[in-house]
Amino acid sequence: MFPTPIEKRPRSAQVGYQAFLPLALILWLLPLIAVANFSIKPEADFVNGNYWGMPSSFELFSNYGRVFFESNMPRYLLNSLMITVPTVIGAVALSAMAGFALGVYRFRGNLLIFFMFIAGNFVPFQILMVPVRDLTINLNLYDTKTGLILFHIAFQTGFCTLFMRNFIRALPFPLIEAARVEGVAEWKIFWFVVLPLMKPALAALAVLIFTFIWNDYFWAVVLTQGPGAQPVTAGITEFNSQFRAAYHLMSAGSIVAALPPVAMFFLMQKHFIAGLTLGAVK
Amino acid sequence: MTYATVPDTQPPLRRGWYKRNEIAITPLLFLAPAILFFAIYVIIPIGQSFWISLHEWDGLGEAEWVGTANYERLLGIGEQEMDRKFETSFWNNVKWLILYLLAIPAGLFIALFLNQTVRGIRIYKSLFFFPFVISQVVVGLVFSWFYLPREGLLNALLGVFGLGPVNILGDPSLATYGIIGAGLWPQTAYCMILYLTGLNAVDPEQVEAARLDGAKGWKMLWYVILPQLKPATFIAFVVTIIGALRSFDLISVMTNGGPFGSTRVLSFYMFEESLSEFGFRMGYGAAIAVVLFFIMLGFIVYFLWSMYQDEKGAH
Repeated sequence: MFPTPIEKRPRSAQVGYQAFLPLALILWLLPLIAVANFSIKPEADFVNGNYWGMPSSFELFSNYGRVFFESNMPRYLLNSLMITVPTVIGAVALSAMAGFALGVYRFRGNLLIFFMFIAGNFVPFQILMVPVRDLTINLNLYDTKTGLILFHIAFQTGFCTLFMRNFIRALPFPLIEAARVEGVAEWKIFWFVVLPLMKPALAALAVLIFTFIWNDYFWAVVLTQGPGAQPVTAGITEFNSQFRAAYHLMSAGSIVAALPPVAMFFLMQKHFIAGLTLGAVK
Repeated sequence: MTYATVPDTQPPLRRGWYKRNEIAITPLLFLAPAILFFAIYVIIPIGQSFWISLHEWDGLGEAEWVGTANYERLLGIGEQEMDRKFETSFWNNVKWLILYLLAIPAGLFIALFLNQTVRGIRIYKSLFFFPFVISQVVVGLVFSWFYLPREGLLNALLGVFGLGPVNILGDPSLATYGIIGAGLWPQTAYCMILYLTGLNAVDPEQVEAARLDGAKGWKMLWYVILPQLKPATFIAFVVTIIGALRSFDLISVMTNGGPFGSTRVLSFYMFEESLSEFGFRMGYGAAIAVVLFFIMLGFIVYFLWSMYQDEKGAH
């Protein structure tokens, strides 16, 4: 193990390390702690210049209550959810199939198609912006959730296919051979043999895509406007202009907007990290 | 009597044809939906952007063919000067590219710091990582409040040391660095988790053997550990470069390109031109996107080439 395990060091080093850990963490999360502190302060604290001290009164419920009951925030959150969930399902489904095709079969152009998916995934969004916006308008999907969902599914399929294909490559191939010898139809091999083995990959991708799509901002402002379809990342701008300079409410709003992926991460940590670090170990 | 045999023989015949070609057809069927989506929304639009960049177009009416005029204006070919906003954006992109790479050593540093097995270390690792999960919009807001001249915590801290106050986002010479600083926060977390995973897989026997040979500290890190972390470093490099060139959310939220346009990058400038409040200039915007694409293409080719080498090695 590297660096040397702390247990093998002198006692003083161990104590020092244990003491420094929380300190380093506080330093690392300082900007966030400041915002969390903002979000439970009363307005009076900002008037009196008490920006960083303890809140003079604890206003968690009233601040967050106003976020939920006096703004469009719940609507934006719902939009985010209604965009994110179908995208996750669509992208995972398409890429599981594509990954199966690229991972199991040998045919001409296999590697070419695979690399096309990877390359498309690296492309800067801006080169897609004008045509995709135009296409969405022509399909009468501008400012709809469907318009965003369709694009997100398509774009995420690139990354997901890379992931799925590499995962399927690592599965034991004799299993598939055995099924073939038994005369099992190919689609049944996919459904009954490969798919059950892919559960970890499906879970990892689902949480990753959930986070990516929830946090998307660029496409939200390109393809939607207004509370009818906009997700929370874009909606927060409107929220902030509603509560201009009311830092306690803007902070509470930001925390609410950021929370779902954070919750997702802490609940599904193992899968999340497995997905994110795919390929970091050979 | 022959009539009766027809329905009997036909199903097996058709089945036979499908069965014989099943291995060839199945992958095509499974690939079709993904390729269709990807082609319509990703591959074809890349080509369309090239085409649009040769036109002047407001997004509604007829596009007017202008040839390479957009590029000439952008790069200042001929008698005109280079577009000043483009120049600023380009150099800001270079700053982003270089400084964003600091996330890699920073992430390695934190990973080495946290790669211990003391009680509660797992929670520490998660908490160090979780800025990455927060949306860039919120990261941008959090940091713009952190940087506020009066209410921000940063200036309060600087005040303790008798420094400041500085208005980072209000100062054209500092604003870009302030935004990059905000971007480094989640990016470092990402690199950290890559390295933590990598360190987990480092071969303990090699480390022990190197220790017996008297290697330790920096030498151990450089000659024994880092070579084994190469896959993690490669991925960290890929995601950091892409992240740097995609920077848009933070700029849009923190400064909206200001002050005086000093924080624009190509991706932001492109957006601004295409959907500008003074009329949409899709052609000019597309030209900027094409330039950005070519900058990225250099990296994409390198990434793909490295991955291709790996693929070849695997067969």
